[in-house]
Amino acid sequence: MPAHNAPIGASTLKWPYPIRYEEETEVTADVLILGGGISGCHAAINAAKRGAKVVIVEKGAVIRSGSGGAGVDHWHNAFTNPCSKYTPDEVTELTAHIPEYPSFPEGYGAGHITYIERMESWEALCDMEKMGMKIRDVDDQFVGAEFRDEKTKLMFAYDYDNKHVIRVQGANVKPCLYKELKRLKVRIYDRVMATGLLTEDGHSGSRVTGAMGVNTRTGAFYIFKAKATVLASAQALRLWSFSTELQGLAGEHDDPNSAGDGCAMAWQAGAAFTLMERSMPVAGGFRYPAYGTGNAHNTWFACTMVDANGKEIPWVDQDGRLLKTVSQRYRLAPGQQLILCDPAPTPLHPDICGASLIPDLSERIMKGEFALPFFADLPSMPEHERRAIFGLMVGNEGKTRVPIYGAYTQAGFDPDKDMLQANVLSPMLAGMFIPWWSGAGPPQWRGVSFGYGGGLIVDWDLKTNLEGLYATGNQVMGACSHTIAATSGRYAGRTASAYALNAQEPVIHRKQIQQEKARVYRPVKQKDGIGWKELQAGLSRVMQDYCGEYKTESLLKTGLEWLNSIRESEAAHVCARNPHELMRTLECMSRLTVGELIMHASLARKASSPRLNFSRLDYPQIDPPEWNKFITTRMQNGKVQMDALPYNYWLLPPNVPSFKENYEKHSLR
Amino acid sequence: MEYNAYLIANPATPCQSVVIDPELCTHCRTCVNVCLTDVMVPHPDKDKPPIVLYPDECWFCGSCVEHCPEPGAIRMEHPLNQRIGWKRKATGEYFRVGMHNPPPPNTRPPVG
Repeated sequence: MPAHNAPIGASTLKWPYPIRYEEETEVTADVLILGGGISGCHAAINAAKRGAKVVIVEKGAVIRSGSGGAGVDHWHNAFTNPCSKYTPDEVTELTAHIPEYPSFPEGYGAGHITYIERMESWEALCDMEKMGMKIRDVDDQFVGAEFRDEKTKLMFAYDYDNKHVIRVQGANVKPCLYKELKRLKVRIYDRVMATGLLTEDGHSGSRVTGAMGVNTRTGAFYIFKAKATVLASAQALRLWSFSTELQGLAGEHDDPNSAGDGCAMAWQAGAAFTLMERSMPVAGGFRYPAYGTGNAHNTWFACTMVDANGKEIPWVDQDGRLLKTVSQRYRLAPGQQLILCDPAPTPLHPDICGASLIPDLSERIMKGEFALPFFADLPSMPEHERRAIFGLMVGNEGKTRVPIYGAYTQAGFDPDKDMLQANVLSPMLAGMFIPWWSGAGPPQWRGVSFGYGGGLIVDWDLKTNLEGLYATGNQVMGACSHTIAATSGRYAGRTASAYALNAQEPVIHRKQIQQEKARVYRPVKQKDGIGWKELQAGLSRVMQDYCGEYKTESLLKTGLEWLNSIRESEAAHVCARNPHELMRTLECMSRLTVGELIMHASLARKASSPRLNFSRLDYPQIDPPEWNKFITTRMQNGKVQMDALPYNYWLLPPNVPSFKENYEKHSLR
Repeated sequence: MEYNAYLIANPATPCQSVVIDPELCTHCRTCVNVCLTDVMVPHPDKDKPPIVLYPDECWFCGSCVEHCPEPGAIRMEHPLNQRIGWKRKATGEYFRVGMHNPPPPNTRPPVG
């Protein structure tokens, strides 16, 4: 009988793993990677290749963990690939006039991270090819396709003229990375949750000398001593949204293990953050399986869409001209120089935006011209495009091979004959450029997926303000994409190992370890108390109420009082009945800390900004020029310090005003 | 006919997420060790399939199904509130995931 149907009062089966609470294991490394996702794996591989002794710590299992764990279909910004019409520097020049750039999805991006991505995306993909991932049409399934290059067999997406987004067969990306880690003898600690950073003298603000962690199956304690530490643990997801009755506990699109542990640890250690005030509305569990409904966007670009009566919805180019053929959807508009990617989830600047469905679709649905529900008319698509959408993209993108391609074909779905329905959204949303399977949640639910959050500030070495601490991927200023993770990972693998190979041996302070052990084991020492889910639901409610769609000083300050009060009261009385519940409880504590960080960052920005999805009722002025900057927050001596950095700090002193020169100086090529 | 009734708490989630077939499972525990959210635990009796202990934490990534060496031994199913339909273009017939008398499976594999 499944455990959740077990009769009450029946004898409970014992936890199947040995319980090792408080038992310590000490591990030494040159480079310690916290987080075994895409960026962590690339960092580990590149540090190991430079001769460093590398340890990677992962809460789940590296073979499939992280947001990239279940696959990848698009490889972005591969501007140095042999078919690319532009070089990274040309693209940087071309997009320099666009205030929203240089970074995805828009505004307040990390310019250096984007430049690194453009420079190394193709190389990172070649690394994957050597590791066994198929990056070309080696099986000749798409010969003659418009998106396929005859000579290289590379297949392109979005912009068939400039050829910089590559369609890849990345369902097995993580197993390939995992195999390489083992080949390079990287020591992998699966099922270990990192809970705190170690610092040189036990104080925050000092050199980071490693981390501490807890085994999620046995509860054993780990002390990781390292000369350099790379934080690669993404952000706090499922902070505002939580429901036990909605699929995936009403989490966001990405890895549910992303609880902000890296953010919380770095915050306690005195690292500086920015953009934590940024967020976006999320559907949480009110969505459909990712990529699993008929769509015109992203993985489904550029599928013909029809309404309930079979009437086709027209496509237009970025200037609003009606397109006559399918082929035109993947081509530059007259006078256009570059299409960066799909407009979803937010329309890009028109200069770099691709084709889309008619912009007034919402109104025309309301007027009755187009009848819901819509359908993705795969049968009408040219054969190669059809097979590319359903077979290549849906089939290799994360969470599609088994959950969508496998499940739907098993149930009889045939893209040659069948039109997959789009999930029903309100007319106002159905006409917008969002991935439709992502649904609509309550307005007070927010989240940070798809690059809508913040994170650690890094320099051109991908180093934080703390000596010995580096950051990669989604951990950095909310930067988000598979290729950003891969490229920043491989870059930091080089810079962190270069530092480590010359750094002093770290010294560990017992006091810091004792304090952390007392903190992490408290929940298993409670005889009774509340469960972690009640704590999580309470935290989410505080975020929804006091840090929601519209913020004010009085709301945020009340919210901070609530979070502090929860820390003293309910959070101090959570009872964890086994190491798994302990992990989930500690995740709640990370979320609580990140919630505080977000509220402090929100208080600091005294202006509203649509680009940050940030609205203050008490400071309604939109993007006044003096606020076009990064607001930074960090903890010093127990107090929150605010500061600011120019919006393009990576081109200002101590750096030089040239991406190319900064890259040449720091990238260790 | 004799009936038995038990005290059973509400399930953690409106679905089972992952179901293991005890006839086909060889107890290799690959699914247990691949799952990123640690949804399954080994049964204390080593001749029994793993227990799906935390179905509510399932991310529906399908990695357990992907790595299981025994075809059909483990199934991952989206719950009813996550099921969508499709229309056969030529005939207008409507089908959906989970329907009674579904059409025959499409056996064409994905690319890769």
